[in-house]
Amino acid sequence: MTGSDDMPEDGKADTDNRTARSGFFTLSRRSALEGGAAIAAAAIFADASSPAKTATAAQSAPLPVASDQALTISATINGQPVAAEIDARTSLLDLLRERLALTGAKKGCDHGQCGACTVHVDGRRVASCLTLAAKIEGREVLTIEGLSDGAALHPMQQAFIDHDALQCGYCTPGQIMAAVACVAEGNATSKERIREYMSGNICRCGAYVGIVAAIEDAASKMERG
Amino acid sequence: MQPFTYMRPTTAPDAVSAFASAGADARYIAGGTTLYDLMKLNIEQPRHLIDITAIAGLDKIETDGDRLRFEALAPMSAVATNDVIIRDYPVLAEALSKAASQQLRNMARVGGNLLQRTRCMYFRNGADGVYPCNKREPGSGCAALRGLDRGQAVFGTSDACTAVSPGDFPVALVAMDAQLEILGPAGSRTLPIGDLYRLPADTPHLEFTLAPGEMITAIVVPKTAAGRGSTYHKIRDRESYAFALASAAVALEMDGDQVSRAHIALGGVATKPWRAPEAELKLAGQRLTPEVALDAGRAAFSGASPGKYNGFKVELGARTVADALLIAAERSRS
Ligand SMILES: Cc1cc2nc3c(=O)[nH]c(=O)nc-3n(C[C@H](O)[C@H](O)[C@H](O)COP(=O)(O)OP(=O)(O)OC[C@H]3O[C@@H](n4cnc5c(N)ncnc54)[C@H](O)[C@@H]3O)c2cc1C
Ligand code: SF4
Ligand code: FES
Ligand code: FES
Repeated sequence: MTGSDDMPEDGKADTDNRTARSGFFTLSRRSALEGGAAIAAAAIFADASSPAKTATAAQSAPLPVASDQALTISATINGQPVAAEIDARTSLLDLLRERLALTGAKKGCDHGQCGACTVHVDGRRVASCLTLAAKIEGREVLTIEGLSDGAALHPMQQAFIDHDALQCGYCTPGQIMAAVACVAEGNATSKERIREYMSGNICRCGAYVGIVAAIEDAASKMERG
Repeated sequence: MQPFTYMRPTTAPDAVSAFASAGADARYIAGGTTLYDLMKLNIEQPRHLIDITAIAGLDKIETDGDRLRFEALAPMSAVATNDVIIRDYPVLAEALSKAASQQLRNMARVGGNLLQRTRCMYFRNGADGVYPCNKREPGSGCAALRGLDRGQAVFGTSDACTAVSPGDFPVALVAMDAQLEILGPAGSRTLPIGDLYRLPADTPHLEFTLAPGEMITAIVVPKTAAGRGSTYHKIRDRESYAFALASAAVALEMDGDQVSRAHIALGGVATKPWRAPEAELKLAGQRLTPEVALDAGRAAFSGASPGKYNGFKVELGARTVADALLIAAERSRS
């Protein structure tokens, strides 16, 4: 099941909203490592010490193109070295989701219009759907899966929970990655500025009021370090 | 999407020769926010991509001397947040920061920005054959002519195409008389930015005047005192993250209350970035009151030819110019 990594398991939902919500991210991390759909990622991310193994793990599927239309890339993703042979057409989003089972970044529009696929490349936020995977050669990619420090949520993740900054949650990983960058850029200094610099992230559920409040809150905590 | 080969040359001359040896169907790719997007829609179908973003040292932003110079691979976000540009040439900074989203501005480069393609919905949504489009398929017809033309151009249209030139930054550069540095198989040359763009006429599929394999390497803007008294005023369906319905790039050289020279260009309303000399002439020597500003706005739109649903752009555009003039004049005083 796609999305099994980011939905609390049915039937297990805690009646206490807060607990259910905070289980959200914990489950997300655990199931990305353990989930059945995530075999490739489990191989890669459970064994960080072996780059050689990561290369093989990521190459399992045969490519549908001639060899001159394929290429090998190596990059660092969430702190782990990753190498993969890819069809040159592959987007960074599809590499993350379909090859590495990092399904945190979402495909909303696939055309740069919604922000659901936002990740960081060398510390800057980008739309991974319009980034050719070939372009991450030698670069550092950070996705929502790599944001928290072990079990401790990033202040932005915690603030999204505290401020009810989501309903369905589909836009949330992109919102959070954009928001973390927004603060780092110095663009979270007022509600108006946050709205302007977060306008590339659409929320169909309309959780904008909570999102802006969460970013203001997290910004002050992030600045305090 | 059609398969393609992918190359990453590390110098500009290498990129130009890679293009020459790849032959037909080769394309440069910078940020990819226009090209890769349109490849996903099967509108662009290159067989060879030459990624120019690995070229070293082609992303400098120079503000010393008597001109500004932006190398082609400078990200939109880098130019938009340059302190000198924000202070002395707000028209350039605003044209970039009011375009797209921060994610896209981090990816897109100022060179690629000049070559973005129209957002005409019939162009973008018809590669499966539903809507005819002369730009996509020469000679097939134009679905917009008798279609929903609310977003279409009122200047520079033809019987073959009414698509708006979508970019904001090119409009500001046209107002500021920018020049382009170009490197191609036949050597290097410079080109006034206004000459980069073609009118659709009966060949709307030909949009730019670059020869095959020519690469834009830098954008050069002459320094002018009008820079400080400038603005890019952009009106959209929503406050942020949308293309212009109407926009105005304005820069004023003032002598006290009087305009000595006005630079005015229009966006969102024309088939290419549109300079408005009628309005510029009307303002010369005038004291800039709100009435004079609106007169100039109306003069800018005197030659407009709207279609069925986009007539509102004429009045909206005139008022956008008028507001921009007042903002620019205010800035020139501070
Ligand atoms: C959702 C969305 C919203 C947007 N909103 C806006 C907006 O509000 N305002 C606005 O102005 N723009 C907007 N854009 C467009 C965006 O600004 C452009 O896509 C971007 O600037 C293109 O730059 P790039 O580097 O990504 O170009 P690419 O896509 O890499 O290239 C574009 C074209 O230029 C060619 N090319 C690139 N660099 C060079 C060079 N140096 N020399 C010769 N040829 C070259 C390529 O072959 C290609 O044909 C939006 C885009 C998206 C997806
Ligand atoms: S206006 Fe131009 S781009 Fe739009 S459908 Fe007609 S020919 Fe195509
Ligand atoms: S999926 Fe990338 S912006 Fe929508
Ligand atoms: S929470 Fe549903 S789209 Fe934002």
